[in-house]
Amino acid sequence: MARTRARRRAPRRTTAAGLTALAGVLALTACSVTGSGPGSDATSGEASGSAGGTVTLVTHDSFHVSDGLLEQFEADTGLTVKQVAPGDGGALVNQLILTKDAPLGDVVYGIDNTFASRAIDEGVLEPYESQAPAAADAAQYAPDASHSLTAVDMGDVCLNVDHAWFAERGIAEPTSLEDLTDPQYKDLTVVTNAATSSPGLAFLLATVGAFGEDGWQQYWSDLTANGLKVAEGWSDAYYTDFSGGGGGGPRPIALSYASSPPETIPEGGGEPTTGALLGTCFRQVEYAGVLAGAQNPEGAQQLVDWLLSDAVQADIPGSMYMYPVSTAVDLPDDWARWAPLSDAPFEVPLDDIAANRDAWVREWTDLVVG
Amino acid sequence: MSTATRTPPTGTGRPGVPARPGAGDPGGGTAGRAPLRAPSRGWALGRVGAWVLAAAVPLAFLGTFFAWPVLSLVGRGFLPDGSLDLSGFADVFSRPRTWRIIGLTLAQGAIGTVLSVLLGVPGAYVLYRCRFRGVGALRAFVTVPFVLPTVVVGVAFRALLRENGPLGFLHLDGTFAAIVAALVFFNYAVVVRTVGGLWQRLDPRPEQAARSLGASPARAFWTVTLPALTPAIVSAASLVFLFCATAFGTVLVLGGMRYGTVETEIWIQTTQFLDLRAAAVLSVVQVVVVVAALAVAGRARARRERALSLVAPGSSGAGPRRPHWAPAVVTAGVLVLLALPLGALLLGSLRTGDRWGLDHYRALGTTGGRNALTVTVWEALGNSLRIAVDATLLALLVGCLVALVVSRRPRRRAARRAVGVLDGVFMLPLGVSAVTVGFGALLTLGHPFGIATDLRSSGILVPIVQAVVAVPLVVRTVLPVLRAIDPRLREAAGTLGAGPGRVLLGVDGALAARSIGLAVGFAFAVSLGEFGATSFLARPDLPTLPVVIFRLIGQPGADNYGMALAASVVLAVLTAGVMALAERFRGPAGGEL
Repeated sequence: MARTRARRRAPRRTTAAGLTALAGVLALTACSVTGSGPGSDATSGEASGSAGGTVTLVTHDSFHVSDGLLEQFEADTGLTVKQVAPGDGGALVNQLILTKDAPLGDVVYGIDNTFASRAIDEGVLEPYESQAPAAADAAQYAPDASHSLTAVDMGDVCLNVDHAWFAERGIAEPTSLEDLTDPQYKDLTVVTNAATSSPGLAFLLATVGAFGEDGWQQYWSDLTANGLKVAEGWSDAYYTDFSGGGGGGPRPIALSYASSPPETIPEGGGEPTTGALLGTCFRQVEYAGVLAGAQNPEGAQQLVDWLLSDAVQADIPGSMYMYPVSTAVDLPDDWARWAPLSDAPFEVPLDDIAANRDAWVREWTDLVVG
Repeated sequence: MSTATRTPPTGTGRPGVPARPGAGDPGGGTAGRAPLRAPSRGWALGRVGAWVLAAAVPLAFLGTFFAWPVLSLVGRGFLPDGSLDLSGFADVFSRPRTWRIIGLTLAQGAIGTVLSVLLGVPGAYVLYRCRFRGVGALRAFVTVPFVLPTVVVGVAFRALLRENGPLGFLHLDGTFAAIVAALVFFNYAVVVRTVGGLWQRLDPRPEQAARSLGASPARAFWTVTLPALTPAIVSAASLVFLFCATAFGTVLVLGGMRYGTVETEIWIQTTQFLDLRAAAVLSVVQVVVVVAALAVAGRARARRERALSLVAPGSSGAGPRRPHWAPAVVTAGVLVLLALPLGALLLGSLRTGDRWGLDHYRALGTTGGRNALTVTVWEALGNSLRIAVDATLLALLVGCLVALVVSRRPRRRAARRAVGVLDGVFMLPLGVSAVTVGFGALLTLGHPFGIATDLRSSGILVPIVQAVVAVPLVVRTVLPVLRAIDPRLREAAGTLGAGPGRVLLGVDGALAARSIGLAVGFAFAVSLGEFGATSFLARPDLPTLPVVIFRLIGQPGADNYGMALAASVVLAVLTAGVMALAERFRGPAGGEL
């Protein structure tokens, strides 16, 4: 081929090469939604020819159990479990409310006590009283008597401190909420946004519980004056701002969970380098419930029972960093030693939360974030 | 808005014609200058039908997967009990926060845009006008921030800026300046590529003439080159303003609620307070701002637009081998600043405890510490790639149809106006909140048209919403090429006996195909990085890479954090690779690489 002609034709060749490459990519990735590898059970489950059919679990993206547990449940019941995770915390509840007329699924897991009342009041749940072994334990955490929501696990949102930071400087660690407004702890604390993160909201409620409906505002003003930092979410506060979270941040006091410290045990064992301040906690309880208008209410009920089974309850600490409601299962060793729950978490009655949550959050935003 | 997009914003616009110095018109000529072959009546009817169909398919797509969800959600805000209630406007506008948020949105948009343009124009010169070794790699590099997931960028920026970070001494953490810096980080590439794409093809001779008549390089630039570049600059600026004013993830991570935008406020009102009335009012505000920005840009351009002398890039020794020192210094500085957050990410991913190593990368084959994930990161990458293939195909199909229809200049005024509106409508997904789209999709797309499967839990909506976001970029990439086609080529083909379909395939198709490589690249990269709407719709057992990164960052344990950084690096490298490949397939413009 003549040189000039070759040059003139070059663009077309590049196009051809591009198209070939595209075709190659298509082939390699075995294109298309329908044949999408491990997830194709979605379509096969849809046939619902099997005994129990499909049950759709609506949850937050932190839902996780160890390998095999869910498969065992499917094998035992003949159900196929489909999951959707459209959001977290308040967003999850709000989506359930918005989609009430065409529910996203059959059963929900992950509504917590800060939003439970809204979900119940809006009628997105169908009462169900589980007879699972742990149901009696769960009952003491029930948000109300309606059996709309069944407690599955809980955890304490508490301030965490970096032991090493304080030891190095010879400064005593704070122990209470009041300590944080002490000038010697100026510029040392990071919490998360109460309007956008669920630990942030929990901590706001802790201060409401501690200082009363008319006292928390002053406390937050003092905190802000003492150099408080408000990060947007948990990971931002823990990894970027906290000195003990592994991200090498500057602040030694951060809002996290009572269950966080065991994760900071150095490689090779020993004691965790961080600890939770158990006098600063708010207890979060996570619930499951059958959704009103569920396609498969029986399957939904079976899934709630399964969440209360010993196998899942024992798996919860390792998989979701929460404490099981069941008293029959053992906690992991390092949890028993390094991640105890608070004896006296701050509490706010659910009715008060329901009535005031939005107003408090707006007030908090104006006060702290500006 | 009909002229809002006449210049190539992505810098792809390779003239579809042989070099014709002095004769090219990037607008493709006006209707008056492009008389079509007088068709018989039957032909005309069939042709109109085909064009209507070509417009109907994308409109149906956008209507179903974008307009319907968005309007349903907004409708709920204004029709709480089935009757129209506009009291929300008075209520929302009486809140001081609303005005502050609107002010901040406009300020962020304006300052971010001005800085992006000031820094981007020298960058366009260095990276597209000058030719030196490694320029191709640099072009791909500056595109990486644009397609990185916002989650990752937020983490990287905060790691740099926090009190004890490498740039902590600047005390920028949580400031307005940090947000603007991040916005510029994202949008620099938009200006560089858009302006660069035109600059590359600008006939150098007018400037050379000015120089030989005694003008200094600066004067020649101000009086000759800059006016010629103005359409591209305005086009880029309007896009950047759009991106800045609707920024979500970055603003949320870096500024929190203090420096919220209308977009973050919609998110908070919707997801946290379920105040749909306020969200609906704010959505209207957002659309007004976006449409106003597009319209202003369109008008400005319409006034300034004029025939430009274009040449094939590199065809006449267009650029100097060595750039002028001033833009070179500015660009080098910007490149370093772009590299900083990316470098912080890379270093973090290589750090395990007190030592360096690849541990976090090895961990990508696992499900993380304490099984943080449901799948390994590599499996998530596989999901991402599969979904991206689907999203890309969809976006290409829809985007090319839109570009084809919009590139026409019908003779009838009404038809011309319709074409202009269509062009603008398909820009809207860039300017409407992903939250509104995601929430709205949950509301409307359960069983649309009586489909038995619940689409919301099937995962099928993920590539679809990603395609909705990618379509505007595909249109912007392909459209300028189609518009630049000399109408005489079509006339010649017609004269030689080709039917309308044949002309379309042989002229438009053949020439546009060369820009499709880049369109594929953009669509693919956008799909890989999309997080906002995906996070609402992705199936937990089929997470995409950004979803997995977000989840890893949300877990305690330094190892999970390190793994998230490593996964982010993988995503960034993949994206850069896709873009570099796409640049190669953009045709002879890339042939010089």
